[in-house]
Amino acid sequence: MDTSEPVLELIDVSAGYDGEQVIEKVNLQIANDDFIGIIGPNGGGKTTLLKVIIGLITPYSGKIVYHADLKNLFGYLPQNNFIDRNFPINVRETVLSGLLSEKGLNKFYTNDDYRRADALLESYGVGSYSRRHIGELSGGQLQRVLLCRAVISSPRILILDEPTTFTDADFERDFFPILQDLNKQLSIVVVSHDLETISSYAKTLVRVNRFLTYEPSKSVADV
Amino acid sequence: MFDLFNYDFFVYALIATVSIGIICGLTGTYIVARRMVFMSGGITHASFGGLGLAYFMGLPPMAGATFFAVISAFIIQLFSGNKRVKEDSVIGILWSTGMAIGVLFIYMTPGYAPNLMSYLFGNILTVTSGQITLAVLLCAAVIAFFAIFNRPLFYIAFDREYSRSHHIGINLLETITTLIIALSIVLCMKLAGIILVISYLTIPQAIAGLFFKNFRSQLVASAIVSCVGSVAGLFISAGLNFPSGATIVVCFLLIFAIAWFCKKIKIFKFYSK
Repeated sequence: MDTSEPVLELIDVSAGYDGEQVIEKVNLQIANDDFIGIIGPNGGGKTTLLKVIIGLITPYSGKIVYHADLKNLFGYLPQNNFIDRNFPINVRETVLSGLLSEKGLNKFYTNDDYRRADALLESYGVGSYSRRHIGELSGGQLQRVLLCRAVISSPRILILDEPTTFTDADFERDFFPILQDLNKQLSIVVVSHDLETISSYAKTLVRVNRFLTYEPSKSVADV
Repeated sequence: MFDLFNYDFFVYALIATVSIGIICGLTGTYIVARRMVFMSGGITHASFGGLGLAYFMGLPPMAGATFFAVISAFIIQLFSGNKRVKEDSVIGILWSTGMAIGVLFIYMTPGYAPNLMSYLFGNILTVTSGQITLAVLLCAAVIAFFAIFNRPLFYIAFDREYSRSHHIGINLLETITTLIIALSIVLCMKLAGIILVISYLTIPQAIAGLFFKNFRSQLVASAIVSCVGSVAGLFISAGLNFPSGATIVVCFLLIFAIAWFCKKIKIFKFYSK
């Protein structure tokens, strides 16, 4: 696989909500081994950009070119403040929900699916919580579980929206090396407010404040 | 008590009660999990507008109520996530204007509206054979729907946006679910009335939620509690000549109180964590 081969391209994309434009004329290319960090002020359009990439928002103008099948293209880790901690779901089921595109609307899980979920949880240090209710997890543990959900389908692009918000310092310290390791197999696009950390790990740094501009970034090799 | 089975109207009412109990138990679990209780209240009260309009036009009231319920459900879905007009505001508008339209049309209709109270507070004993057929058919459809799609429905309820990111027809599934909720609410109005429908969609689910922290278990437990409470209420109301809808709601409340007490003193240990 050619690492510079684009998986997805945004060409002059403008998008927003209810007729109100939030991002304008955005051009972005995501290649196979990219690690793109997105920074910018609140309300600048970072989350909107992620939603456009994933296909949750249809752009007002411009186009998105997918160079791969949409099925299993994205792993998505949304902001975790939208997660209802009281919802009747356990950790293992949460991870299995990452197989929605693979399973479709009505296929059942196989023993292999359960094994995959348990193995992932184990490898991210939360294996012992597999049967626990999600409300019993700390912020960092929940993010690890949601990361397992995002990667269980072996996506080509992992999209993360402020993954270290509402987590402790230990989690923040461990999380980006995990992403760096994952980047050997997939592209990563991450929104973060932690400029220092993100600029250490991202290969490409972009600022989104209605328009998208490229920022100088340290190479991973320099870290 | 068994004498009641000699009366056709009671047997009809019993069949309708069980069907509606199952429908409300299942759809209510989804409604509660997705925090759509307020939306359900909006649909219920908006349907009164259709009821009044149908009265005015000399059409079957339930047809008018169904039309308004479905339209208002889709209007709410359309405004879901809208940044300019909040979903809660849309629900509030539909809630109040539905009632207002209903009152105005009933006021403008010449003569007396004899069955109005049965729509506001429910009277399952006046259920028609056509409504029973509808209830049984919808019950079968809802059971099949939840049996086949319980997993994606479960995930939509948990994290809608994440589910949509998989591009597997989640929007269509949501639309069908919205339609089912609207139809369930209209059918339930016959049993409980507009004022009391919400209790059918929330109290059995609250009881199930006391014991089960698993969506599928909650679905089954809610349907069972809903049936047991409804049938018990129906027998008591028929025996004591009480209004059926209100009696059933009081039965739900008693079951909730007993369940809460049992949970408190840890009588049952079978339930899942």
